[in-house]
Amino acid sequence: MAERSFAQEVKELRLGAGEEFRGEGILAVTKALLQSGVAYVGGYQGAPISHLMDVLGDSQEILDELGVYFENSASEATAAAMLAASVHYPLRGAITFKSTVGFNVASDALANLSSGGVTGGALVIIGEDYGEGSSIMQERTHAFAMKSQMWLLDPRPNLTSIVDMVESGFELSEASNTPVILELRLRSCHLHGTFEAKDNRRPEMTISEAVDNPRRDLSRVVLPPASFSHEQEKVNTRWPAAVKYITENNLNEFVAEKDHDFGIILQGGLFNNVNRALELLGLSDAFGNSTVPLYIMNVTYPVIDQEVVRFCEGKRAVLLVEEGQPDFIEQNIQAVLRRNDATVTLHGKDLLPVAGEYSPAEVTRGVFAFMQKYASHLLDPANLPTITLPREDPRSPYAPRIKADLVQGRPPGFCTGCPERPIFAALTLAQREVGEHHVSADIGCHLFSINAPFNIGATTMGYGLGSAAASGLNGKDANKRPIAFMGDGGFWHNGLTSGVGNAVFNENDQLLVIVDNDYSAATGGQDVLSSHAENPLRSTKHPIERAVRGIGVKWSRTITNTYKVAQMRDLFKEALTSTDKGPKVIVAQSECTLNRMRREKPAKVKAIKDGKRVVNERFGVDPETCTGDHSCIRISGCPSLTIAENPDPMRKDPIATVLSTCVGCGLCGENAHAAALCPSFYRTQVIINPSRWDRFKTAMRTRYIGFLQTGVEKRLAGIEPR
Amino acid sequence: MTAGFSVAIETPQRTRPITMAVLAMGGEGGGVLSDWTVALAEDNGYFAQSTSVPGVAQRTGATIYYVELFPKNAGSGYPVLGTMPTPGEVDIVVASELMEGGRAVQRGFVTPERTTLIASTSRTYSMPERTAMGDGRIDSTELVEAALGASQRFIRGDFARIAEDTGSVISAVLFGALCGAGVLPFTREQFEDAIRSSGKGVEASLRAFEGGYAVALAPIRPTVDVTIGMRPDDLPLPGAPAVPDAADVARAISDPASMVGSKLQAQAQRIATEFPAAARLMLVHGIKRTAEYQDVKYADQYLDRVASIAALEADPDGEARLTTEAARYTALWMTYEDTIRVAFHKTRKRRFDRVGTEARVKGDEVMQVHEYLHPQVEEISDTLPTALGRWLLRSALMNKIIFKVTHNGIKIQTTSLWGFTTLYLLARLRPLRRRSLRFGEEQHRIDSWLTLVREYTPGDYALGCQIVECQQVVKGYGDTHANGMRNFNSMMAALPILVAGPMPADRLAGLRAAALADETGTQLAAALPA
Repeated sequence: MAERSFAQEVKELRLGAGEEFRGEGILAVTKALLQSGVAYVGGYQGAPISHLMDVLGDSQEILDELGVYFENSASEATAAAMLAASVHYPLRGAITFKSTVGFNVASDALANLSSGGVTGGALVIIGEDYGEGSSIMQERTHAFAMKSQMWLLDPRPNLTSIVDMVESGFELSEASNTPVILELRLRSCHLHGTFEAKDNRRPEMTISEAVDNPRRDLSRVVLPPASFSHEQEKVNTRWPAAVKYITENNLNEFVAEKDHDFGIILQGGLFNNVNRALELLGLSDAFGNSTVPLYIMNVTYPVIDQEVVRFCEGKRAVLLVEEGQPDFIEQNIQAVLRRNDATVTLHGKDLLPVAGEYSPAEVTRGVFAFMQKYASHLLDPANLPTITLPREDPRSPYAPRIKADLVQGRPPGFCTGCPERPIFAALTLAQREVGEHHVSADIGCHLFSINAPFNIGATTMGYGLGSAAASGLNGKDANKRPIAFMGDGGFWHNGLTSGVGNAVFNENDQLLVIVDNDYSAATGGQDVLSSHAENPLRSTKHPIERAVRGIGVKWSRTITNTYKVAQMRDLFKEALTSTDKGPKVIVAQSECTLNRMRREKPAKVKAIKDGKRVVNERFGVDPETCTGDHSCIRISGCPSLTIAENPDPMRKDPIATVLSTCVGCGLCGENAHAAALCPSFYRTQVIINPSRWDRFKTAMRTRYIGFLQTGVEKRLAGIEPR
Repeated sequence: MTAGFSVAIETPQRTRPITMAVLAMGGEGGGVLSDWTVALAEDNGYFAQSTSVPGVAQRTGATIYYVELFPKNAGSGYPVLGTMPTPGEVDIVVASELMEGGRAVQRGFVTPERTTLIASTSRTYSMPERTAMGDGRIDSTELVEAALGASQRFIRGDFARIAEDTGSVISAVLFGALCGAGVLPFTREQFEDAIRSSGKGVEASLRAFEGGYAVALAPIRPTVDVTIGMRPDDLPLPGAPAVPDAADVARAISDPASMVGSKLQAQAQRIATEFPAAARLMLVHGIKRTAEYQDVKYADQYLDRVASIAALEADPDGEARLTTEAARYTALWMTYEDTIRVAFHKTRKRRFDRVGTEARVKGDEVMQVHEYLHPQVEEISDTLPTALGRWLLRSALMNKIIFKVTHNGIKIQTTSLWGFTTLYLLARLRPLRRRSLRFGEEQHRIDSWLTLVREYTPGDYALGCQIVECQQVVKGYGDTHANGMRNFNSMMAALPILVAGPMPADRLAGLRAAALADETGTQLAAALPA
């Protein structure tokens, strides 16, 4: 079950022709798939496209009605290979994942798919995780499109354009027998907007019809000699077919094409930022009516030579706004212009930043520089945005208005009550005794360990590759062994074979900690094979330890309660000092709190309403005994464990305190014990709707305790004034 | 040229969108706030576009939501709206927390020509602020001053407290403040409808909304121009240097006897006659603390000790820093943390009351409190009479037994008969404390420390003050205390070398900062003179 329920969004998927869809970009794409008669959908979750998967997961009824097959693929490679269904059959298929990481994983299957080509439309919907808010390495999907020859769509970021592009994408794919990539930038996926819906369409052929009528065509299988003819086909047949479709259907747009002898070429996905820049410079309005000639490339690969030449004809200079590096499009256009003996001057990365996101600020400065060079008379010096001022100017938005050290970084971290935090608290304590070790981290929430307060983890090589990334550090004469981390998501994605299997086969000595929190938590809480939840559509409850033992691991332990810090610490010490050969595997199991709370909170509220006995737990810190050394925070970092003004007039340093957001996970108490911290922590249990026995017990206690307390207060009476 | 940087949203040639950025931390409801704003706009004649960056960034990290609104009647067709804030072009910035407000200023989203900044003055401390061994907090007054200078208008209040008081979330309070600020072209009714139609926790959200609305409507409090800059008078803010209540200070100077009970009248009298005025409030706290910890005789001992330092006070009519800090740190050291003190505080009535309030126990609900104790051999031997304590420490067998019982920690339910009795009896061991192993050791340490203060102060007053303040590094329990003590001792051992060189007071202050920089003493070891 995913982090959110999408019941509301599912309703939007049912909208019919003429109705208005309101929602975010990625949901618009989901609706567009159903409007396009898609026959099957697969993919691997990950921001920013998780919601596409989650919503379809909650829409089984609609999918059944339409005869659409939907799969939560094991990995991006699985999803990509799934598109094989479109090779021989006229089935429209779509897959989705986050890129470029997803493309890295999927590229073997996609390269094979692109070689043989497709009959049914094949659409790869990717969330381009680039720029602010991205969680991965900064690269471009464009490279993959070029190397395998897949067409790359980069539509203007408004829902109508995006939805239209889904439909055109399928058609383009079918017209040119080539898989098509629909690239959505991070913000486009989460952009709220509206578009006019169409009716959903049943696929022309369903998956079942295809399976019952098998077809094969040897010329589509990637093996010599066919593979050599595929390459020829790509350039001689498929490319021209694509160019024909793109130009005939005007997928790229021209605005004010011949109005000036200068202009701007841009990626469609950057249209809003470019228009904002022009608007701020007084050269466009809020409806995109630019007075500067624009060539909007909603298809960024292939570059359409004749359109580029046409746009540049009679122009002195053109500015290319192309985000990211390398500057593939700029190189491509330079070559096109040269081949056609064009005299226009092409600007791009000389006026815009070579690397990094093209935010409205960057684009405005770039366009401003271009305009100053070629048409400064069109700029109104009295009405320029402050962003165009040099940073030193006191009117610049970047003029220093706050001391730099007053604002500290706030990277993401473990949530309150996260069951992964105690794992790293325990490892911190274990390392205090057995020394620092090399730690290979993986992708997932557990990667937050690399930051304060734990500062654990030296590398991260990719999803599910934590164990593999420690395989090289298998020092035969070393006194220590490397520690590798892996999440349950990464484990089922590929870690079982790439990591565990590899370590068994090569007799790798590492300690592998598999963090098993019941979900693919970092991507939004989707189920995986080892999830404990009953899932009506998927097969769950397959224990990780059984899998690792099945593949040959001899030393493995499963901890079913990660909050037992002392126990975990001792287990770490044992694993790090064991003389057994081969990998040592610890499966650290506790449910993701975010998901647990979402499930349990409503149930609790209901129980209280029904008058049932409910116990609420939370932790606290006694201000009288806390000395403000904060060692408890340094082995936790929990957002609910923070500091507060010291109520003691003699002490200066702030005390530790527990906020009301505490969920009573128990870590503070366990840490206080395991690390022999101070005695200031206490756990409060509030019993709501107490039983008669509870009330009787409490009445007796209160009387007894009250009597003794009165005696104590008597002694103190002469110290405080009356 | 300045006039060219237009403030107005409408210009004759074209309509520009209303732009709003929301800075929040994952899980604080920044998304809810922008969803409400979108619904509000769409239902009332505006196009709205919002973007955010969820995903992993959501997990407690700083997150920015961005919303643009555009009137439907300003043209035909759907406008092209922005997906990211442009520095210098943001009309409204909403921040759930003060440092996030500072971040908006730093990133250029808040500019004096244009931006209304709505920020909570509450703090969610960053990791470095929380993990510092001493006080690592950023001074909030500096953040407020920067925000005042950077914005066109700064609407602020402790919105987190309003959320807590109304049993709601901060996003609802901020939405109320956004309404009250009058920066969006919608009525209060329309704002509230947006909350109502979202259908979740509506009642609590509306109460919280009301709270935020009232803050924004209240006239901006006058700012007092003091020498250090514009300072709003709605302080205190977290992280600002703690200033004692002026009335308390005055009372401690003129009539300290009125601040203590009948048993401490003579001691208060002594404070009034023998000590510099500026140190008196601290001394009043000190006698109460020591008497509560042990007995009235102990308070006398305390005053004797501070008096021996006050005799060297170079600034008795001014700040009297040496005496004040000696009054502070001598009291803190004399009331060192031991099991008796812990048991005493855990069983006090006022503690029970405080825990009950904090846990929000209502009506017939029942509260139970559990303690997490981890007594170590040293802490047990500390409390025993000297001879017995020494034997215990030496006995391998007893060490083993105690380790067996305590090494996994002990949980005690203080609200149970057995648990309370145990802690109560432990607290009653107070009279035995004077004869305990630790008591003797600590008294010796205190006297050696004060001897050093007396030795170095006559030659260098600032150094004397620094030696006094070095006591700050000794705190905590178990290993933390042992590390602090070790650091303290190595600083004291370095004194002869420091005085032989230049600026010994500054260098000692540097060593203290190094001692508080890490837990292991690594930085101090590097900073110590060879």
